[in-house]
Amino acid sequence: MSIEVKGLTHIYSEGLPHESVALEDVNFKAEDGQLVGIIGHTGSGKSTLVQHLNGLLKPKTGSIIIGDTDITADGVIMRDIRRKIGLVFQYPEYQLFEETVAKDVAFGPNNLGLSQEETDERVKEAIELVGLDYDKVKNVSPFDLSGGQKRRVAIAGVIAMKPEILILDEPTAGLNPRAHADILNMVKNIHETERNIIFLVSHNMNDIARMSDKVIVMDCGKVAMEGPPAEVFLRENELRNMGLALPDSMEITMRLKRAGMDINSVCLTMDEAADEIAKVLKK
Amino acid sequence: MIRDITLGQYYPGNSYVHKLDPRVKIMATLLYIVSLFVVDDFLGFAVAFVGLAVVIAVSKVPLKFILRGLKPVFLIISFTFIINMFMIKGEVLVSLGFLTITREGLRTAVFMAVRLVLLIIGSSLLTLTTKPISLTDGIEALLSPFKKIGLPAHELAMMMTIALRFIPTLLEETDKIMKAQQARGADFESGNIIRRAKALVPILVPLFISAFRIAQDLAMAMEARCYGGDIKRTRMNGMKLRSGDFVASAIFIVFIGLIILERIML
Repeated sequence: MSIEVKGLTHIYSEGLPHESVALEDVNFKAEDGQLVGIIGHTGSGKSTLVQHLNGLLKPKTGSIIIGDTDITADGVIMRDIRRKIGLVFQYPEYQLFEETVAKDVAFGPNNLGLSQEETDERVKEAIELVGLDYDKVKNVSPFDLSGGQKRRVAIAGVIAMKPEILILDEPTAGLNPRAHADILNMVKNIHETERNIIFLVSHNMNDIARMSDKVIVMDCGKVAMEGPPAEVFLRENELRNMGLALPDSMEITMRLKRAGMDINSVCLTMDEAADEIAKVLKK
Repeated sequence: MIRDITLGQYYPGNSYVHKLDPRVKIMATLLYIVSLFVVDDFLGFAVAFVGLAVVIAVSKVPLKFILRGLKPVFLIISFTFIINMFMIKGEVLVSLGFLTITREGLRTAVFMAVRLVLLIIGSSLLTLTTKPISLTDGIEALLSPFKKIGLPAHELAMMMTIALRFIPTLLEETDKIMKAQQARGADFESGNIIRRAKALVPILVPLFISAFRIAQDLAMAMEARCYGGDIKRTRMNGMKLRSGDFVASAIFIVFIGLIILERIML
């Protein structure tokens, strides 16, 4: 499974005085098993882009080819697309509605028309995969859970559909540091278990640097940069001009380098930065 | 789709109509609606139509945008049209089995349809050219004489402001929730009525929760800023009648006079 986006353009409220170009000629590709980070300033078109990837929005021009089907073509069955591509929105806990956690997670699989046994199996699997205790939470009302737990349940609701491509739009927004770290570990865990393509939208550079195999930088509705994090984060000035920052680890090493230290400044995590600094100090 | 509703939606512009004092516009709209009920023949409607057409032309709101507001009430208009056409007795024009169309019926049907269309376009023009906030300011000012007899004018206006302010927010929220459930494979378009009603549950439950959350946040924010109702509040942008408002009022009075004259003379 691979996904390729070609010449994607989207305009909001076309023909009205307040029309705005949200996406302009967006092109990129993602291969099987990749974890792709999408970063960009607020209003750069990240959320609009991901809504195109599972057919919730129709582009004005351009195409999205998943595997060998173009999902923007006429006559594509949306249900098939949504089975393949799972989208977790920002603040997904606001979409919970069922009486119990198990029922809420089962909503997606039920809509796919799976058998009862298959659904139960998947619900259990998904709840465990997001790091919750199935037997403890299955009969609890989702509204009685904590913020971080609610979010896990909502994510489980999408994972239970076993998408080949999983898109997470700001999965850590508004969580405390502990829940933040837990969610990221969960994403890593899902990625390793399901071996699917994951798109992670975020404006936390630390998360993107640590997690992704490939980074797409969006700016004003266009793809400004695309490549492995080690390459993208070396283009410090361009990123700053777009209102973006470096990950903390590289913020430190870059400054040390500028101050005259002979250090390898490409450090995507704090641990790497610490190792590099220790290496230099030992010399 | 869900954003197509123009009722209560403001069309940004800078025309003569947009700049008029909201009090003048509200009074004019009310009088216009009353005048539509004064009219009793098609010549009167012709006058009312020309008046409306002039205001639309001056306001520079595209016709497409105005007509879009008619879509949701199209069903009601066609329903009254059909009922009137078949139900009124009189001189028979066409007879189809047990259904008969009479001259009087047809006349009343067309008459009512024209009246409804003018009524809706006339009142939607008010909301299209007036910002919700100045609209409620205008209503508050017009209602304030009734404070003496205990009408809570300020509170009413505040409730209206809040309600209007949150229409787009709740629409956006609905849109978001619908998309989120669609992403989980929900289907709102197919199946019979019961299935479709059931399909609304995953939207309505989160929507209600959101609405309560928003209301609570708003109440908190208002209290944090010591909001206490109508206690000697002053306004940042006080309303003031300008020469343009007097000109518009004069033209409008002549227009209403014409309609009344038409009714009396013909």
